[in-house]
Amino acid sequence: MGKTLFEKVWDAHVVAQDPGAPAVLYIDAHLVHEVTSPQAFAMLRERGLKVRRPDKTFATMDHAIPTRELEIALWPADAATQVQTLRQNCQEFGITLFDIEGDVQGIVHVVGPEMGITQPGMTIVCGDSHTSTHGAFGALAFGIGTSEVGHVLATQCLMQRKPKTFAINVEGELGYGVTAKDIILAIIAKNGAAGGVGHVFEYRGSAIRSLSMANRMTICNMSIEGGARAGMIAPDEKTFEYIKGRPYAPKGEEWERAVAYWKTLYSDEDAVFDRELTLDASQLEPMVTYGTNPGQGIPVTGRIPRPEEVEDPAERRSLLAALEYMGLKPGQKMEGQHVDIVFIGSCTNSRIEDLREAAQIVRGRKVADHVQALVVPGSKAVKAQAEAEGLDRIFTEAGFEWRGAGCSMCLAMNEDKAGPGKYVASTSNRNFQGRQGPGSRSLLMSPIMAAAAAIQGRVVDVREMMKVEV
Amino acid sequence: MEPFTTLNATAVPLRAENVDTDQIIPARYLTAVTKAGMGDGLFSWWRYLPDGSPNPDFVLNKPEHQGAQILIAGRNFGSGSSREHAVWALTEYGFRAVISPGFADIFYNNSLKNGLLPVTLPEEVVHMLWDLVEEQPDVRIRIDLPNQTVTLPDGQQYPFDIDPFRKRCLLQGLDDLGYLLAKEPEIAAYEARPRW
Repeated sequence: MGKTLFEKVWDAHVVAQDPGAPAVLYIDAHLVHEVTSPQAFAMLRERGLKVRRPDKTFATMDHAIPTRELEIALWPADAATQVQTLRQNCQEFGITLFDIEGDVQGIVHVVGPEMGITQPGMTIVCGDSHTSTHGAFGALAFGIGTSEVGHVLATQCLMQRKPKTFAINVEGELGYGVTAKDIILAIIAKNGAAGGVGHVFEYRGSAIRSLSMANRMTICNMSIEGGARAGMIAPDEKTFEYIKGRPYAPKGEEWERAVAYWKTLYSDEDAVFDRELTLDASQLEPMVTYGTNPGQGIPVTGRIPRPEEVEDPAERRSLLAALEYMGLKPGQKMEGQHVDIVFIGSCTNSRIEDLREAAQIVRGRKVADHVQALVVPGSKAVKAQAEAEGLDRIFTEAGFEWRGAGCSMCLAMNEDKAGPGKYVASTSNRNFQGRQGPGSRSLLMSPIMAAAAAIQGRVVDVREMMKVEV
Repeated sequence: MEPFTTLNATAVPLRAENVDTDQIIPARYLTAVTKAGMGDGLFSWWRYLPDGSPNPDFVLNKPEHQGAQILIAGRNFGSGSSREHAVWALTEYGFRAVISPGFADIFYNNSLKNGLLPVTLPEEVVHMLWDLVEEQPDVRIRIDLPNQTVTLPDGQQYPFDIDPFRKRCLLQGLDDLGYLLAKEPEIAAYEARPRW
């Protein structure tokens, strides 16, 4: 029997396997940020340990930092302390840090691929659940807790039970105005927010193959929202093309050897998955969430489910609790729903491709008077590229705020917070209660849907704005 | 890590599904560089009113549930962010075990590394426990890790599964680090292999 992509990568990283024990899994790249690492470094100091492979460890600052690019002296004290702590830790333990003072800093899951750190066949971890993003390159990448961050720092290894495999086949051609974000929101709506627990997703099929690397990252990013710690896509020419020439990519003869190996990373024809799900891409529509978990999403043309339509009592209770929090009604259409804030950013949708697509909708239009709209590029490189292309001017002339790189209102750790009761049309990944600020109400959608919502001041079907005017 | 063997304690019924780690510990508590103080932030959106005073309607604040060491929650508990702060908040508050029909993977792993026992029981049992604890808040539930059972005062008993390796670590209070450090020769041998 053949192997799945996941099994090939897993098997290549098992350092030891004692009977009855979890596997000792080698980690090729460890990404570190300011929020989930300080307690792990403190543990190293307590135990007198050093970082085993500083050359495989890369840090940046993204979660807590302000995006208004204030002087650090003007930052809130706790954010400044976290950043200073990370600097000290990186210096003491010899770790490469993409500092806010430099020109590489950004969201850890944007910077890793940008720098060529993320490569096919690797194991990649980070103290952040959206580490699944890197699976877009055919890497096995997943989020870990701070204890495990400490284990990887000290030993470059983790103890892991082998997860099960779950093939998600997306076949056919996407319709106009339907994006990668809509694919993943549709998958989670269908399979549930816990549908992937204990599994690694592999996204396959013609619709996935046709996506750019940025779009593939959007899909893998939200694997965790479907319950799977990791999601993978087999690498192909697009993957190799993306990586080639980036700072940490293999060079010369190394490159040839690497590509030869990467080309073996796909699920064999006769590989068997523990579970499978198939979606017809041509039937998908732009999606929007109405609830407080990412599985509570519908096509923009659809209606919010009524409790009587939900058979499962737990799901029904979950629906009612969500609608009460969201101030929405059963059976209501999401089209036309008022929005107060529009957030374009996050490790899901803050890459240059996302900003280009959103700018296409915004160009020559104005943000609705009552809407606060912000664009937060995923990294300094994305920001610089966008400015070189004039995207910043398209956004600012329309009335968007143009911010510095970071996680920002995706998790509202810094001062970018939506107020209580405010509806946020957001390109981020989580619509949990209070996620974007105390009492905030998130409506997850694609960058073009969010751009359209900013202009209209309400949720609209972006396809209506994409029609050619005669 | 504090070992876990048996626990005989009262419980809090949290009638909610998909309780994500943002609810367990909101992001604003993540600005700390130590673990201390997380217990104060536990469930803070629900636990405190906007003025910072305790919300009397939230189950954790009910007088009859003070001192409880077991949390009973709905399915998909601990979804979302990988923040281990969620586990630190639960343990600092005083919880030693969480009973749920299902846990998110990262939260489940993080719990095991901090001596917080995640107990998976069938949904109908969890719903029965909610009713029981609401009717009799002083009921003591016995969780026996060596025998992998949850027992009620009337003798009703429910078995639960746990990875045998993780069980041993919990019973002895061992973390993974000692095990991993002892694998140094294997790790060094792995690193010596050509990458491609």
